[in-house]
Amino acid sequence: MSLSAHEFQFVSSLVRREASIVLEPGKEYLVEARLLPLARKAGLASVTEFMLRAQGPSGRADRDAIVDALTTNETSWFRDREPFSAMTDLVIPNLVKSRGPSRSMRVWSAASSSGQEAYTLAILLKENLPPGWTYEILGTDISTEMLAKAERGRYSQLEVNRGLPAPLLVKYFTRSGPEWEVAAPIKKAVSFKRLNLAAPFPPMPTFDVVFLRNVLIYFDVETKRAVLKRIRNLLKPDGWLFLGAAETTMGIDDGFERVVTGRTSAYRPRTGTSAPVGVTGKG
Amino acid sequence: MVIDDSRAMRLILRRIVSGLNFEVVEAGNGREAMDRLTELEVVPELALIDWNMPEMNGLEFVTAVRADKKYRGMTLMMVTTESEHGQIVRALAAGAHEYVIKPFTPDAIVDKLVMLGLIPDGAHA
Repeated sequence: MSLSAHEFQFVSSLVRREASIVLEPGKEYLVEARLLPLARKAGLASVTEFMLRAQGPSGRADRDAIVDALTTNETSWFRDREPFSAMTDLVIPNLVKSRGPSRSMRVWSAASSSGQEAYTLAILLKENLPPGWTYEILGTDISTEMLAKAERGRYSQLEVNRGLPAPLLVKYFTRSGPEWEVAAPIKKAVSFKRLNLAAPFPPMPTFDVVFLRNVLIYFDVETKRAVLKRIRNLLKPDGWLFLGAAETTMGIDDGFERVVTGRTSAYRPRTGTSAPVGVTGKG
Repeated sequence: MVIDDSRAMRLILRRIVSGLNFEVVEAGNGREAMDRLTELEVVPELALIDWNMPEMNGLEFVTAVRADKKYRGMTLMMVTTESEHGQIVRALAAGAHEYVIKPFTPDAIVDKLVMLGLIPDGAHA
Protein backbone atom coordinates (compact mmCIF):
# COMPACT_ATOMS: atom_id res chain seq x y z
CA MET A 1 0.00 0.00 0.00
CA SER A 2 1.42 3.41 -0.86
CA LEU A 3 1.02 6.71 0.87
CA SER A 4 -1.81 8.98 -0.29
CA ALA A 5 -1.02 12.47 -1.56
CA HIS A 6 -2.78 13.92 1.48
CA GLU A 7 -0.74 11.82 3.90
CA PHE A 8 2.51 12.78 2.20
CA GLN A 9 1.50 16.44 2.27
CA PHE A 10 0.78 16.21 6.00
CA VAL A 11 4.17 14.61 6.74
CA SER A 12 6.15 16.96 4.52
CA SER A 13 4.49 20.05 6.08
CA LEU A 14 5.14 18.66 9.56
CA VAL A 15 8.88 18.07 9.05
CA ARG A 16 9.22 21.37 7.16
CA ARG A 17 7.64 23.22 10.10
CA GLU A 18 9.38 21.35 12.91
CA ALA A 19 12.80 20.66 11.42
CA SER A 20 13.07 22.85 8.27
CA ILE A 21 13.55 19.69 6.26
CA VAL A 22 12.25 19.61 2.73
CA LEU A 23 10.66 16.39 1.54
CA GLU A 24 10.09 16.73 -2.16
CA PRO A 25 7.49 14.71 -4.05
CA GLY A 26 9.09 11.43 -5.00
CA LYS A 27 10.19 10.79 -1.41
CA GLU A 28 6.97 8.94 -0.61
CA TYR A 29 8.86 5.66 -0.46
CA LEU A 30 11.19 7.11 2.19
CA VAL A 31 8.29 8.38 4.30
CA GLU A 32 6.53 5.05 4.08
CA ALA A 33 9.69 3.07 4.91
CA ARG A 34 10.33 5.22 7.97
CA LEU A 35 6.72 5.23 9.19
CA LEU A 36 6.04 1.52 8.86
CA PRO A 37 8.12 0.62 11.96
CA LEU A 38 6.25 3.34 13.91
CA ALA A 39 2.90 1.86 12.93
CA ARG A 40 4.07 -1.61 13.96
CA LYS A 41 5.45 -0.30 17.25
CA ALA A 42 2.06 1.31 17.93
CA GLY A 43 0.33 -2.02 17.24
CA LEU A 44 -1.49 -0.63 14.22
CA ALA A 45 -2.12 -2.56 11.04
CA SER A 46 -0.96 0.04 8.55
CA VAL A 47 0.77 3.36 8.01
CA THR A 48 -2.63 4.82 7.13
CA GLU A 49 -4.02 3.94 10.57
CA PHE A 50 -0.96 5.45 12.19
CA MET A 51 -1.32 8.62 10.11
CA LEU A 52 -4.96 8.96 11.16
CA ARG A 53 -3.95 8.76 14.81
CA ALA A 54 -1.07 11.21 14.31
CA GLN A 55 -3.38 13.77 12.72
CA GLY A 56 -5.88 13.54 15.56
CA PRO A 57 -6.05 15.83 18.60
CA SER A 58 -4.02 13.44 20.77
CA GLY A 59 -1.42 12.77 18.09
CA ARG A 60 1.35 14.98 19.48
CA ALA A 61 3.61 12.08 20.48
CA ASP A 62 3.04 10.40 17.11
CA ARG A 63 3.89 13.63 15.30
CA ASP A 64 7.13 13.92 17.31
CA ALA A 65 7.90 10.33 16.41
CA ILE A 66 7.36 11.12 12.71
CA VAL A 67 9.78 14.06 12.88
CA ASP A 68 12.25 11.84 14.71
CA ALA A 69 11.93 9.07 12.12
CA LEU A 70 12.39 11.35 9.15
CA THR A 71 15.31 13.33 10.50
CA THR A 72 17.37 10.32 11.41
CA ASN A 73 20.32 9.29 9.32
CA GLU A 74 21.91 5.91 9.43
CA THR A 75 25.46 6.25 10.65
CA SER A 76 28.08 3.62 11.08
CA TRP A 77 31.55 4.16 12.53
CA PHE A 78 34.37 4.41 10.01
CA ARG A 79 32.31 3.17 7.07
CA ASP A 80 32.63 6.36 5.04
CA ARG A 81 36.38 6.37 5.46
CA GLU A 82 37.48 9.42 3.48
CA PRO A 83 36.70 12.17 6.02
CA PHE A 84 38.32 10.13 8.78
CA SER A 85 41.42 9.54 6.66
CA ALA A 86 41.53 13.30 6.04
CA MET A 87 41.35 13.81 9.80
CA THR A 88 44.34 11.56 10.50
CA ASP A 89 46.43 12.52 7.46
CA LEU A 90 45.82 16.25 7.32
CA VAL A 91 43.61 17.88 9.93
CA ILE A 92 44.98 16.43 13.16
CA PRO A 93 48.70 16.94 12.25
CA ASN A 94 47.85 20.47 11.12
CA LEU A 95 45.97 21.36 14.29
CA VAL A 96 48.58 19.73 16.51
CA LYS A 97 51.09 22.21 15.09
CA SER A 98 48.89 25.26 15.57
CA ARG A 99 47.30 24.27 18.90
CA GLY A 100 50.61 23.54 20.59
CA PRO A 101 50.10 26.00 23.46
CA SER A 102 46.61 24.81 24.41
CA ARG A 103 47.13 21.10 23.63
CA SER A 104 43.39 20.68 23.31
CA MET A 105 40.89 20.11 20.53
CA ARG A 106 37.13 20.51 20.30
CA VAL A 107 35.09 18.74 17.62
CA TRP A 108 31.38 18.97 16.84
CA SER A 109 29.36 16.14 15.31
CA ALA A 110 26.48 18.34 14.22
CA ALA A 111 23.99 15.64 13.23
CA SER A 112 25.12 12.92 15.55
CA SER A 113 22.13 10.58 15.11
CA SER A 114 22.74 7.47 17.24
CA GLY A 115 26.24 8.62 18.20
CA GLN A 116 28.55 6.51 16.05
CA GLU A 117 30.18 9.51 14.36
CA ALA A 118 30.82 11.31 17.67
CA TYR A 119 32.36 8.21 19.27
CA THR A 120 34.35 7.47 16.10
CA LEU A 121 35.83 10.97 16.28
CA ALA A 122 36.69 10.49 19.96
CA ILE A 123 38.44 7.19 19.15
CA LEU A 124 40.25 8.84 16.25
CA LEU A 125 41.55 11.66 18.45
CA LYS A 126 42.50 9.26 21.22
CA GLU A 127 44.50 7.19 18.72
CA ASN A 128 46.14 10.10 16.92
CA LEU A 129 46.73 12.99 19.33
CA PRO A 130 50.13 13.14 21.03
CA PRO A 131 50.20 12.18 24.72
CA GLY A 132 49.07 14.93 27.06
CA TRP A 133 46.51 16.41 24.68
CA THR A 134 42.88 16.70 25.70
CA TYR A 135 39.85 16.62 23.44
CA GLU A 136 36.13 16.96 23.65
CA ILE A 137 33.41 15.99 21.22
CA LEU A 138 29.95 17.53 21.15
CA GLY A 139 27.22 15.55 19.41
CA THR A 140 23.95 17.30 18.58
CA ASP A 141 20.80 16.09 16.92
CA ILE A 142 17.19 17.15 16.60
CA SER A 143 15.88 13.71 17.54
CA THR A 144 15.51 13.15 21.28
CA GLU A 145 15.19 9.41 20.69
CA MET A 146 18.52 9.32 18.84
CA LEU A 147 20.17 11.49 21.52
CA ALA A 148 19.05 9.07 24.22
CA LYS A 149 20.52 6.17 22.26
CA ALA A 150 23.73 8.09 21.63
CA GLU A 151 24.09 8.94 25.33
CA ARG A 152 23.67 5.31 26.32
CA GLY A 153 26.55 4.43 24.00
CA ARG A 154 25.38 0.84 23.68
CA TYR A 155 25.22 -0.86 20.30
CA SER A 156 23.96 -4.18 19.04
CA GLN A 157 26.21 -6.72 17.41
CA LEU A 158 24.74 -5.84 14.05
CA GLU A 159 25.68 -2.21 14.66
CA VAL A 160 29.26 -2.91 15.74
CA ASN A 161 29.71 -5.21 12.74
CA ARG A 162 29.15 -2.19 10.48
CA GLY A 163 32.41 -0.43 9.75
CA LEU A 164 34.08 -0.70 13.14
CA PRO A 165 37.51 -2.34 12.84
CA ALA A 166 37.74 -5.32 15.21
CA PRO A 167 40.98 -4.07 16.86
CA LEU A 168 39.16 -0.85 17.83
CA LEU A 169 36.08 -2.77 18.97
CA VAL A 170 38.06 -4.77 21.51
CA LYS A 171 40.10 -1.75 22.58
CA TYR A 172 37.29 0.76 23.12
CA PHE A 173 34.16 -1.30 23.84
CA THR A 174 33.08 -3.74 26.51
CA ARG A 175 30.45 -6.43 26.24
CA SER A 176 27.27 -5.62 28.10
CA GLY A 177 24.82 -8.49 27.76
CA PRO A 178 23.96 -8.79 24.07
CA GLU A 179 25.28 -5.29 23.40
CA TRP A 180 28.63 -3.52 23.22
CA GLU A 181 29.17 -0.42 25.31
CA VAL A 182 31.60 2.41 24.56
CA ALA A 183 34.38 2.36 27.16
CA ALA A 184 34.29 4.98 29.91
CA PRO A 185 37.32 7.09 28.83
CA ILE A 186 35.79 7.60 25.36
CA LYS A 187 32.30 8.24 26.75
CA LYS A 188 33.73 10.84 29.11
CA ALA A 189 35.08 12.86 26.19
CA VAL A 190 31.74 12.96 24.37
CA SER A 191 28.60 14.88 25.33
CA PHE A 192 25.27 15.10 23.53
CA LYS A 193 22.74 17.95 23.32
CA ARG A 194 19.54 18.55 21.42
CA LEU A 195 19.90 21.17 18.70
CA ASN A 196 17.82 22.16 15.72
CA LEU A 197 20.37 23.23 13.10
CA ALA A 198 17.70 25.16 11.23
CA ALA A 199 16.94 27.50 14.17
CA PRO A 200 19.26 30.07 15.77
CA PHE A 201 21.81 28.32 18.01
CA PRO A 202 22.03 28.80 21.77
CA PRO A 203 25.40 30.11 23.09
CA MET A 204 28.07 27.59 22.12
CA PRO A 205 31.86 27.39 22.27
CA THR A 206 34.00 27.54 19.14
CA PHE A 207 35.21 24.38 17.39
CA ASP A 208 38.37 23.20 15.67
CA VAL A 209 36.47 20.75 13.47
CA VAL A 210 32.80 20.38 12.55
CA PHE A 211 31.29 17.28 10.94
CA LEU A 212 28.00 18.19 9.24
CA ARG A 213 27.46 15.25 6.96
CA ASN A 214 24.34 14.38 4.99
CA VAL A 215 22.19 17.03 6.61
CA LEU A 216 22.29 19.99 4.23
CA ILE A 217 20.78 17.84 1.48
CA TYR A 218 17.48 17.95 3.36
CA PHE A 219 17.35 21.76 3.59
CA ASP A 220 16.27 24.37 1.06
CA VAL A 221 18.93 26.84 -0.15
CA GLU A 222 18.00 29.61 2.29
CA THR A 223 18.18 27.25 5.26
CA LYS A 224 21.47 25.80 3.99
CA ARG A 225 22.91 29.32 3.77
CA ALA A 226 21.74 30.21 7.30
CA VAL A 227 23.08 26.95 8.77
CA LEU A 228 26.47 27.34 7.09
CA LYS A 229 26.76 30.94 8.29
CA ARG A 230 25.95 29.99 11.88
CA ILE A 231 28.48 27.17 11.75
CA ARG A 232 31.14 29.43 10.23
CA ASN A 233 30.70 31.75 13.20
CA LEU A 234 31.43 28.86 15.55
CA LEU A 235 34.37 27.50 13.59
CA LYS A 236 37.82 28.74 14.60
CA PRO A 237 39.45 30.81 11.81
CA ASP A 238 41.77 27.92 10.94
CA GLY A 239 39.15 25.24 11.65
CA TRP A 240 37.76 22.60 9.32
CA LEU A 241 34.28 21.66 8.17
CA PHE A 242 33.38 18.27 6.69
CA LEU A 243 30.19 17.81 4.66
CA GLY A 244 28.64 14.71 3.10
CA ALA A 245 30.02 13.50 -0.23
CA ALA A 246 27.06 14.96 -2.11
CA GLU A 247 27.17 18.33 -0.35
CA THR A 248 29.15 21.54 -0.84
CA THR A 249 29.33 25.14 0.35
CA MET A 250 29.99 26.24 -3.23
CA GLY A 251 27.38 28.67 -4.50
CA ILE A 252 25.74 28.78 -1.07
CA ASP A 253 28.26 30.35 1.29
CA ASP A 254 31.32 32.10 -0.16
CA GLY A 255 32.80 32.41 3.30
CA PHE A 256 34.26 28.91 2.94
CA GLU A 257 37.05 27.70 0.73
CA ARG A 258 37.29 24.11 -0.39
CA VAL A 259 40.38 22.04 0.29
CA VAL A 260 40.70 18.81 -1.67
CA THR A 261 42.26 16.07 0.40
CA GLY A 262 42.57 12.54 -0.91
CA ARG A 263 39.23 11.61 -2.45
CA THR A 264 37.23 14.01 -0.30
CA SER A 265 36.91 17.73 0.36
CA ALA A 266 37.05 19.77 3.53
CA TYR A 267 36.05 23.39 3.94
CA ARG A 268 37.80 26.19 5.83
CA PRO A 269 36.69 29.73 6.63
CA ARG A 270 38.00 31.94 3.85
CA THR A 271 39.18 34.55 6.33
CA GLY A 272 41.54 31.98 7.89
CA THR A 273 45.01 33.33 8.42
CA SER A 274 46.83 30.03 8.32
CA ALA A 275 48.72 28.95 5.22
CA PRO A 276 46.66 26.91 2.79
CA VAL A 277 47.08 23.17 3.03
CA GLY A 278 46.50 20.70 0.24
CA VAL A 279 45.06 21.79 -3.07
CA THR A 280 42.37 24.44 -3.14
CA GLY A 281 39.53 23.43 -5.39
CA LYS A 282 38.01 25.72 -7.96
CA GLY A 283 34.43 24.74 -7.29
CA MET B 1 38.46 -18.87 0.48
CA VAL B 2 35.32 -19.59 2.52
CA ILE B 3 35.85 -21.96 5.45
CA ASP B 4 32.76 -23.06 7.35
CA ASP B 5 31.33 -26.44 8.29
CA SER B 6 27.82 -25.25 7.40
CA ARG B 7 27.02 -25.64 3.72
CA ALA B 8 24.30 -23.01 3.99
CA MET B 9 26.73 -20.50 5.48
CA ARG B 10 29.33 -21.27 2.80
CA LEU B 11 26.68 -20.59 0.18
CA ILE B 12 25.71 -17.25 1.78
CA LEU B 13 29.33 -16.11 2.02
CA ARG B 14 30.11 -17.37 -1.49
CA ARG B 15 27.23 -15.30 -2.86
CA ILE B 16 28.41 -12.15 -1.08
CA VAL B 17 32.06 -12.33 -2.15
CA SER B 18 31.47 -13.66 -5.66
CA GLY B 19 29.19 -10.63 -6.10
CA LEU B 20 32.32 -8.57 -5.42
CA ASN B 21 34.22 -10.38 -8.19
CA PHE B 22 36.15 -12.79 -5.99
CA GLU B 23 36.66 -16.32 -7.22
CA VAL B 24 35.68 -18.60 -4.36
CA VAL B 25 37.20 -21.81 -3.02
CA GLU B 26 35.35 -23.58 -0.21
CA ALA B 27 36.47 -25.76 2.67
CA GLY B 28 34.44 -27.46 5.41
CA ASN B 29 37.03 -27.08 8.18
CA GLY B 30 40.55 -25.82 8.88
CA ARG B 31 42.28 -29.07 7.89
CA GLU B 32 40.49 -29.18 4.56
CA ALA B 33 41.38 -25.52 4.02
CA MET B 34 45.09 -26.21 4.67
CA ASP B 35 44.93 -29.04 2.12
CA ARG B 36 43.26 -26.80 -0.45
CA LEU B 37 45.92 -24.14 0.12
CA THR B 38 48.70 -26.55 -0.78
CA GLU B 39 46.85 -27.55 -3.96
CA LEU B 40 46.17 -24.02 -5.14
CA GLU B 41 48.63 -22.33 -7.47
CA VAL B 42 47.74 -18.86 -6.24
CA VAL B 43 47.50 -17.88 -2.58
CA PRO B 44 43.97 -16.56 -1.92
CA GLU B 45 43.73 -12.88 -1.05
CA LEU B 46 41.11 -13.47 1.60
CA ALA B 47 39.84 -16.19 3.90
CA LEU B 48 36.49 -15.96 5.71
CA ILE B 49 36.80 -18.34 8.63
CA ASP B 50 34.28 -19.87 10.98
CA TRP B 51 35.54 -20.62 14.52
CA ASN B 52 33.85 -23.83 15.59
CA MET B 53 34.55 -26.59 13.08
CA PRO B 54 35.56 -30.26 13.36
CA GLU B 55 39.16 -31.47 12.90
CA MET B 56 40.79 -28.05 12.84
CA ASN B 57 38.94 -25.03 14.15
CA GLY B 58 39.19 -21.48 12.83
CA LEU B 59 41.60 -20.28 15.49
CA GLU B 60 43.94 -23.20 14.80
CA PHE B 61 43.72 -22.47 11.08
CA VAL B 62 44.63 -18.79 11.63
CA THR B 63 47.58 -19.81 13.80
CA ALA B 64 48.78 -22.34 11.20
CA VAL B 65 48.48 -19.89 8.29
CA ARG B 66 50.25 -17.14 10.21
CA ALA B 67 53.15 -19.50 10.95
CA ASP B 68 53.80 -20.01 7.22
CA LYS B 69 55.48 -17.16 5.33
CA LYS B 70 53.95 -18.35 2.05
CA TYR B 71 50.58 -17.09 3.19
CA ARG B 72 51.72 -13.69 4.44
CA GLY B 73 49.59 -11.91 1.84
CA MET B 74 46.35 -13.55 2.93
CA THR B 75 43.81 -11.43 4.76
CA LEU B 76 42.12 -13.47 7.47
CA MET B 77 38.64 -12.57 8.64
CA MET B 78 36.79 -14.56 11.27
CA VAL B 79 33.04 -14.90 10.65
CA THR B 80 31.65 -16.61 13.72
CA THR B 81 29.02 -16.76 16.44
CA GLU B 82 31.82 -16.48 19.04
CA SER B 83 31.07 -13.01 20.36
CA GLU B 84 32.89 -12.71 23.68
CA HIS B 85 35.39 -9.86 24.01
CA GLY B 86 38.14 -12.30 25.00
CA GLN B 87 37.55 -14.52 21.97
CA ILE B 88 37.90 -11.59 19.56
CA VAL B 89 41.13 -10.57 21.31
CA ARG B 90 42.44 -14.17 20.97
CA ALA B 91 41.64 -14.30 17.25
CA LEU B 92 43.29 -10.94 16.57
CA ALA B 93 46.32 -11.92 18.65
CA ALA B 94 46.62 -15.15 16.65
CA GLY B 95 46.78 -13.07 13.46
CA ALA B 96 43.22 -12.53 12.23
CA HIS B 97 42.86 -9.12 10.60
CA GLU B 98 39.14 -8.71 11.07
CA TYR B 99 36.21 -10.22 12.89
CA VAL B 100 32.52 -10.35 11.98
CA ILE B 101 30.05 -11.66 14.50
CA LYS B 102 27.16 -13.83 13.26
CA PRO B 103 24.43 -12.98 12.56
CA PHE B 104 25.61 -10.34 10.11
CA THR B 105 24.22 -8.44 7.16
CA PRO B 106 26.00 -8.67 3.77
CA ASP B 107 26.88 -4.98 4.18
CA ALA B 108 28.97 -5.83 7.24
CA ILE B 109 31.22 -8.06 5.12
CA VAL B 110 31.41 -5.43 2.38
CA ASP B 111 32.27 -2.67 4.90
CA LYS B 112 35.11 -4.73 6.32
CA LEU B 113 36.51 -5.56 2.88
CA VAL B 114 36.45 -1.84 2.01
CA MET B 115 38.24 -1.02 5.26
CA LEU B 116 40.83 -3.68 4.57
CA GLY B 117 41.43 -2.16 1.15
CA LEU B 118 40.41 -5.37 -0.65
CA ILE B 119 37.66 -3.67 -2.61
CA PRO B 120 37.35 0.03 -3.49
CA ASP B 121 34.75 2.14 -1.71
CA GLY B 122 31.62 2.36 -3.83
CA ALA B 123 32.50 -0.74 -5.89
CA HIS B 124 29.48 -2.53 -4.52
CA ALA B 125 25.85 -1.74 -5.35
